[in-house]
Parts: sequence; structure tokens; C-alpha cells
Amino acid sequence: MRAAERKVSTDMSGIVKRAVAGTLESSDVFVEIEPGDSGIEVEIESVVLAQFGDAIRAAALDVLKEQNVSDARVRLTDRGALDCVIRARVETAVARAKGE
Amino acid sequence: MTVRRSMLFLPGNTPNIIINGEALGADAVILDLEDAVAPSEKDSARILVRNAIGRMGFGRCEVIVRINSTDTGEWTKDLDAIIPVKPSLIMPPKTSRAADVLRVDEYISALEDRLGFARNTVKLIPLIETALGVENAFQIASASPRVAAIFLGGEDLTADLRCRRTKAGNEIAYARARMVMAARAAGVDVYDTPFTDVNDDTGIYTDAEYAKSLGFTGKSAISPRHVNAINEVFSPTAAEIDYAYEVMDAIRAAQAQGKGAVALRGKMIDAPIVARARQTIEAAESLGLDRRA
Repeated sequence: MRAAERKVSTDMSGIVKRAVAGTLESSDVFVEIEPGDSGIEVEIESVVLAQFGDAIRAAALDVLKEQNVSDARVRLTDRGALDCVIRARVETAVARAKGE
Repeated sequence: MTVRRSMLFLPGNTPNIIINGEALGADAVILDLEDAVAPSEKDSARILVRNAIGRMGFGRCEVIVRINSTDTGEWTKDLDAIIPVKPSLIMPPKTSRAADVLRVDEYISALEDRLGFARNTVKLIPLIETALGVENAFQIASASPRVAAIFLGGEDLTADLRCRRTKAGNEIAYARARMVMAARAAGVDVYDTPFTDVNDDTGIYTDAEYAKSLGFTGKSAISPRHVNAINEVFSPTAAEIDYAYEVMDAIRAAQAQGKGAVALRGKMIDAPIVARARQTIEAAESLGLDRRA
């Protein structure tokens, strides 16, 4: 199952390259992020999308906001990750995409 | 009183193991950012561990984080990420000198000051796993008030000793005794190296009982399968608890009667026996084994 969301860009995102974080193991999430030019686009694939899709998206968007990312394409392939794992993997992907 | 009988290593970049950490039965979990994490994933592991501690928590389990050693470029990044979520203890590996402790201690102090934490909020449990570290164990254990315990790492130590690690453990017998002596002289706790044959469910009892007989406070594990055995061995038995209460009752009765000396079961009760009885009762109370509570 998949879902996507677009938001309007407000400033520079600092995402300079494509990066990934996480794994496809159980309880993990594989996050792919790449530079965008028209806001944040989040795509989620998860077997629990119907139940937790909104929570997964909210966690990802929250971390992107904390990291001042406003333009990026993000894809999450979820394997039943908890909130803390989703946040960690998105944060790692962002740091790597910023070249930190 | 914090009772740490068992400490279970959990790889720091493996969510499906970390999220079950609390349920695995250990008194403490050691979230590992060092050997269990590939060099390319160090960044990922420290962010995951920070989020797991800060947002999920480990319930009744005490949290220890093994950082990377001070001869890498990773240890300060580890501390920058982890100290803000206040783990109970930081385990710096390959600690060979008091100076190694002080280096980590000073860095944590600066972070605590910056974060507005009281000094020594986060304690240290140096991992001693070199011949030089064993020889300097007392200096390491007494290097800073931040040191709460020392921990023996048998695998790296035997590599340093250029001998083979065996199940009998004769090659680390001196190190074990030296570590216990150093820790007790410094007034800190001391933890034994893991028993690494994860499929040997009886060998773990033998190894843990030997460690307990030497004076170790507790023992670590790399497999959840060994946690129950360690907890069992390092818990006071019902007979030990009963005897401890008998000792304290006898002491109180003697004091009430103005007696200077007291005997129990035909043996004189002296100060060390009373001290051990108090420790047994404290441990039993902490573990919920106190049948008189």
C-alpha cells in the first residue's frame, strides 16, 4: 500500500544529495531522500499503512521540520518500525543528504 | 540500592532487538555503538540509540551505552548524541589508564555543564580489556567519582595476552581476581565478561557461579538465553535471606540484652557477617525477594 503527500516550499532545505538510511529488516524502516524543488513529498509503503500511515507520515514530517528541511522527496519503506525508529532513520537520512 | 546482576549487550543499530530490550529480563541493557556496529553505520546507530532512550525508554532496565574508544574519531560524537538523554552509565572501551577515564570524564562534565545537568549525572563503567588495563585496574576504578563500576572484557584481553579464550577461563583467572580486588579496594562494583557459547545452557551457570564466588557484582551476556541463569546465580537464595534475617535478629537481641558478643548456629557473629547480612537483605528487598516485607 502506498500514499503520497505534497507540501508547499517555504525556504532552502539543505538537502544536497540523495541518501538512504535504515534497512528492510523487521521493525525497521528504509528511508530514501533526495533533493526536491517544490516542497516536501512523502511516499510511504507499509503493510500497516491503513492503521499507522498517518502516524508514520506525521513522524517523518516532524523530523524534517526539526531539521529545517523544506524541499525534498522522501520515500519510506516500513517494516513495522516504532515511532522512535522512524524518527531516527529519517534524521540519519537527512544528515547524510546534507553531507554532515 | 541498584541491583545489577545481569547486563545484556544489544547491537546499537538493530531496531528489532533494541525495541524488545526491556522484555529480555536483564537488569541492565548495554546499547552497543562499538563492535556491533559497522563503521559505515556509526552515525545511524547513535541516532537510533538516542531516539530509543529518549522517546521509547527501557522501563525498569538500567541503560548503559558502550561508546567507541578514544582512539577513534567517533567517541565525542557518541557522547554529544547520547548524554542529552541521560543514560545511567557510559561504557568507554579499551580503558587502559586512569588518563583514559579522565579524558572521557572531562568531556562528559563539559556536556553536563552545557546541558544544565548536575555533574556526575551520568556515571562511567570503564571496560578493561587489555593487559595494561588489568594492571592499572585500581587506578582506573579510582580515577574519578564518576566511575561506578569496572567491567572485564575477556575476548579482547585474551587477544592482547596472545592466548586462546577457553570455556574454562584459566587464561583470565588472574585478570578476574585482579579486577575484583581493584574494584573493591576502590569501592566500586565489578562485572564479569560474557560467557560466549550462546548454545551452552549449563556452562553459563558454571561460569556465573565462578564469577560470583570471586566477588563479582554481576555478569554480562551477549545472548538473552543467558540472562535468567545470571539473574538466578547472582540473586540471594531463600536460605541466604533467611540466615541474613536471623543474623540481624540475633544482633538486635544481643544489643537489647547488653551483650557484646553473640553466637548463631554455633558460630560467632562478627562485623563482616553482619555487613554481608545487610547486603543480602538490601539486595533481596530491591529484587522483591524480601519475604518479611
